[in-house]
Amino acid sequence: MSQTTTTTSKRGERGTLGNSAVRPDGLAKVQGRFAFSSDAWADNMLWGATLRSPHPHARIISIDVSAALAINGVATVITAADVPGQLTYGLIANDQPVFAKDVVRFAGEPIAAVAADHPETARRALDAIVVVYEVLPALLDAEQAIDGSFAPIHPDGNVIRRQKVVRGDQNFVGEVVVEGTYEVGMQDQAFLGLEAALALPDDDGAGVELYVATQWLHEDQKQIAACLGLPLERVRLTLGGVGGAFGGREDISLQVHCCLLALATRRPIKMQYGREESFFGHIHRHPASMVMRHHADRDGTLRRVEVRAVFDGGAYASTSSAVLINAVTHMQGPYRCDIATVDGYAVRSNNPPCGAMRGFGVVQACFGHESQMDKLAAACGLSPVDIRLRNAMRTGDRLITGQIVDSVAPVERCIRETAAIPMPPPLAQDADSLDIPGGSGLTAQRSNIRRGVGWGVSIKNLMYSEGFDDYATARCHLADGVATLQFATAEVGQGFVVLAQQIARSVLGVDTVLLEPISTAIGSAGSTSASRQTWMSGGAVDGACRLVRERLFEHVAAAHQLDPLRLAIDGTDIIDTRGSLRIAVAESAPGLVLDETFEHHHRATEELDENGQGNCHVAFAFVAHRAVVDVDPDLGLVKVVQIATAQDVGRVLNPLAALGQVEGGIAQGLGLAVMEEIVLKDGVMRNPSFTDYLLPTSLDAPIVVATMIEEPEPQAPLGAKGIGEPPCISVTPAIVAAIRDATGKALTRVPVRAQDIVFGD
Amino acid sequence: MSNEFYSLIVNGKEHEVRDAWAGESLMYVLRERLGLPGTKGACEQGECGSCTVLMDGEAVCSCLVMAATAVDAQIVTVEGLSSDPTHATPTDVQQAFIDAGGVQCGFCTPGLVVAVHHLLDRNPQPTELQIKEAISGNICRCTGYGRIFAAIELARDQRNAPPEQPAH
Repeated sequence: MSQTTTTTSKRGERGTLGNSAVRPDGLAKVQGRFAFSSDAWADNMLWGATLRSPHPHARIISIDVSAALAINGVATVITAADVPGQLTYGLIANDQPVFAKDVVRFAGEPIAAVAADHPETARRALDAIVVVYEVLPALLDAEQAIDGSFAPIHPDGNVIRRQKVVRGDQNFVGEVVVEGTYEVGMQDQAFLGLEAALALPDDDGAGVELYVATQWLHEDQKQIAACLGLPLERVRLTLGGVGGAFGGREDISLQVHCCLLALATRRPIKMQYGREESFFGHIHRHPASMVMRHHADRDGTLRRVEVRAVFDGGAYASTSSAVLINAVTHMQGPYRCDIATVDGYAVRSNNPPCGAMRGFGVVQACFGHESQMDKLAAACGLSPVDIRLRNAMRTGDRLITGQIVDSVAPVERCIRETAAIPMPPPLAQDADSLDIPGGSGLTAQRSNIRRGVGWGVSIKNLMYSEGFDDYATARCHLADGVATLQFATAEVGQGFVVLAQQIARSVLGVDTVLLEPISTAIGSAGSTSASRQTWMSGGAVDGACRLVRERLFEHVAAAHQLDPLRLAIDGTDIIDTRGSLRIAVAESAPGLVLDETFEHHHRATEELDENGQGNCHVAFAFVAHRAVVDVDPDLGLVKVVQIATAQDVGRVLNPLAALGQVEGGIAQGLGLAVMEEIVLKDGVMRNPSFTDYLLPTSLDAPIVVATMIEEPEPQAPLGAKGIGEPPCISVTPAIVAAIRDATGKALTRVPVRAQDIVFGD
Repeated sequence: MSNEFYSLIVNGKEHEVRDAWAGESLMYVLRERLGLPGTKGACEQGECGSCTVLMDGEAVCSCLVMAATAVDAQIVTVEGLSSDPTHATPTDVQQAFIDAGGVQCGFCTPGLVVAVHHLLDRNPQPTELQIKEAISGNICRCTGYGRIFAAIELARDQRNAPPEQPAH
């Protein structure tokens, strides 16, 4: 995997910050030449495949692999007995087995892996493995995990974490009180590029090199090395091209299995999941239920939120405890509220494991609090916009955790600018059937279609919380006007590779910026998650480039007997701000080679106390969404017509990339609102395929009208906030509110199904 | 496995496929046997469109075509769209995807690019709705389709633009 070369923008701009610079991987991607991890290939390689449990809870009585091993072309079969190091892994708790040993805890849990000469041989080998199970009763109801009525299904117990947030007068009763119970279904990240990796064993069999699609190379490295029983430096990871992630690649999937097979066979191993296996192989968004009571003054001023929230984490902990914290600390939404009584649980069950997905706990909380705000509005005789404006958080207000929001907080502006976006025209009498609910099925009665409008506003924390130092590292090398950057930041599609080049061009005045392969050869960049890489890795690249620039200025200043503080970059030149010197960066220091590495750390955060009080978050971003929908209430069909949005982004660094994040996030939030759900029956997935798990298509895409609110964030290295998560958060409740507006139905769960509209209350 | 072989005509070139299992899909053979990994697979059941190729001019999901049944067809993959004999220069559609921001992770991109060529070659002036319908079999999880629509409209408008008049 060679260095990526660079092009500047076609528009004649230099591709600096603020411009829609062209992605360095764009040409390869449109031509089919970009190497995704599923495209990796090596001479003499074998194919790996995984055997999974069909039962959500069962004791393993025996595993007989002899018939599989006897198949011509099968190189090895491995089980828990073949794991040389730690038998378990996990992002926060170390509780998930590499292979189930005595017991399986979810339908789809890995039990064995095979290596064979052809994917079809590997599949036959899996069929030939005989596992005898004693099926056990399954813990499928999260309440049973809480009330203690079910024996622990894991040595760590059935409650992964309980966290309260208690603040203010606990006996307060508002003049207006509204209640509701809300449910969020299990959503899948459904990234297009399936899990895939290529593992190459070292010649001595005591090390391995892994090309893999992941979100955080160094965290994978740590977990893999522990399971392999190898020192960190003998497990080297390089990012294989990543086809989207959205949280679903934060946990280990096939990494350890692939390395174990490579070390067992001393041959390169390629593993890649099919779509069905992908549903089993990665974690999902937590299904959640929330009972909420909101108290307000008669004029609509929010005074108290009471919430009991239960998040089903499935069989293993993954990031459940952090997801829960995000949820309980965001329960009031982007609104001032002095009094809180929140009780949150993340529990273990025999359902599929859940963890990170774009929005990370805040998506669930937001569906609840925005539904409640609409109820409050109705009870107080206010419009959905007015109740939100009345309570809109400002910089300096406190969260229910007591933390002061010192981020730029233009909530009011987000709402007002969203409201200022023109409404779409009414549905035309002669509208094409593709433009009405139900689409080309021609099922909706045109005369029956009703239009509705709904609102959603959200707050989202940026970066990791609760005392975690999630730093990012970057290196900058400069010689003869050519910059080379190195970082381990996972490029998953979001465009960090182009942002890094933009930063270097802006800071150093160079045009050519080369990128080293993304690998563990440099320090950690942290995870591509939590809307953190623009801030964190952007800060690291910016820091490394500034260090290099400082050295360059010292060199140039010495050569011209100037104070280096007088020098500045102007375009592609170094200039003396108080004199006449102007020299091209590329010609300013022939033969000089500069090389600097920088680690960016955000400010420290604290853990929450038992009452959920503490400065646990780093920073926040805000967004407003207004949805317009057409609904056929008799058939329960919905067409999302338009999403208007104004998002607090700090500063736009690449307009095209920023718009792409906004539009993409909205589509995922639309999916959760009206179509996407993993359906479980007795703990087993009923729809692990793209035929049955429905994703928004081009015909489902609404018109998106977006306004970027640019108020630079002083804490952020580039003034820019993370923009990845906010777009998908409040769009979901906005769409549901619009369907309520059109139908008058309560609609307390997402996704909204046709039967909820037709038969619901 | 067998020791027989068959030939496929891909991007104007004849390729021999040897020792293949008869059950292999066209997608698998293109990717794993012919060194053409530009065609992607993301669902194996014709739902996502990532594996779209042209077979005798028709856009098909190559995951649903048995390779051995495609022996007499003219197959064009994303690698063979460019009229440049080395296929190094991007096509107008490929360039429009770059310029309009239609590429994020890029996994759906090859299938979309093939589908858009298929659309514009048959209907040089598709309406907004015709564009949406034409690519409704290609799932993109990153972009929300907005910049993809923009890319297709850009390619359409460039194809239909009157040739530039020489300056006087």
